[in-house]
Amino acid sequence: MIVTLVQLALLFGGLSLLAFGGGTGTLPDMQRAAVDVHHWITAPEFLAFFAISRAAPGPGSLIVVLIGQKAAGLAGALVAFLAMFGPSCVLAYVAARVWHRSAHAPWRILVERALAPVAIGLTLASGLALIRGTEHGWVAYAVTAGATLAFAFTELNPLALLAGGAVVLLVAG
Amino acid sequence: MSFGGGLAAWIRREVVQRRGWMDDQQFLSGYALSQLVPGASNVNLSVFIGAQLRGVPGAVAAVAGLTVLPVAIVLVLGVLYLHSQGMPGGASFSTALAGMGAVAIGLNLGTGIRLGRLHIRRLVPALVTAVIAISIGVLGFRLLHVLAVMLPVSLLLAWLDQRE
Repeated sequence: MIVTLVQLALLFGGLSLLAFGGGTGTLPDMQRAAVDVHHWITAPEFLAFFAISRAAPGPGSLIVVLIGQKAAGLAGALVAFLAMFGPSCVLAYVAARVWHRSAHAPWRILVERALAPVAIGLTLASGLALIRGTEHGWVAYAVTAGATLAFAFTELNPLALLAGGAVVLLVAG
Repeated sequence: MSFGGGLAAWIRREVVQRRGWMDDQQFLSGYALSQLVPGASNVNLSVFIGAQLRGVPGAVAAVAGLTVLPVAIVLVLGVLYLHSQGMPGGASFSTALAGMGAVAIGLNLGTGIRLGRLHIRRLVPALVTAVIAISIGVLGFRLLHVLAVMLPVSLLLAWLDQRE
């Protein structure tokens, strides 16, 4: 139990500081650690948890609460939450102080320009890794492809699309 | 609902328009910062606003206010899902969640494409994006290893580009 809590703290505490462009970028590492290395959850459970954390309000990285809960109960959920959000919040706090003082500094513009392609790459990587890590039937692939196009090129409501995906798999899957 | 900036827009309305805690310039600067720092951008934004108003206690209160209810909702749904396995209707619940998961993967990919079309107009940053997406997403490299290489590379490329 204690060992698991320490593993959760180390895993999510580390990923917290690597989550450029939001928690999404850490999903591939999270999936590998929780499913393949520690066997806390199965691959279908990971996808289900991912779906829940996306459909519910709040940041998508709340998936860590579910992984922590499955691995070590409520204590695991609490440790996972603090580890995932604590370090990045401390960093955000420090950065807010520095940021405030350097509104027109050249380095600030440079950092903004350099981080944009990194964050976008991480977002795409998470989608690709989730496809790779999940046993998908062709219906699910088609749903993912359709949803990708819808989110990229239309203003359709995400919740409506999530519900639509559930209906499609219930009927056709 | 924190989908693609929806929550940030709502926070802006509360903090800037209705309560006048800060002006738009301050808010937008904090919004940009919250995207740059690692971590969930809405949580970072609440740290920024809370810190501006009340220092550390303000930041802690803002993060707690933003996350307590969503954590409870996510936990309840997750536990329901785990308990439904092997029960009547459990299989349907799993299938429904798999369908939502398939859509949520599309949400990540679609958001990446949308952001790329908005912010990447040149070949070099597009290559940085592609290398990161493929090395992690397809080849299965670790996040830490890829960032250790690609963050300095992207900074260097942006610096060279700026000097021209």
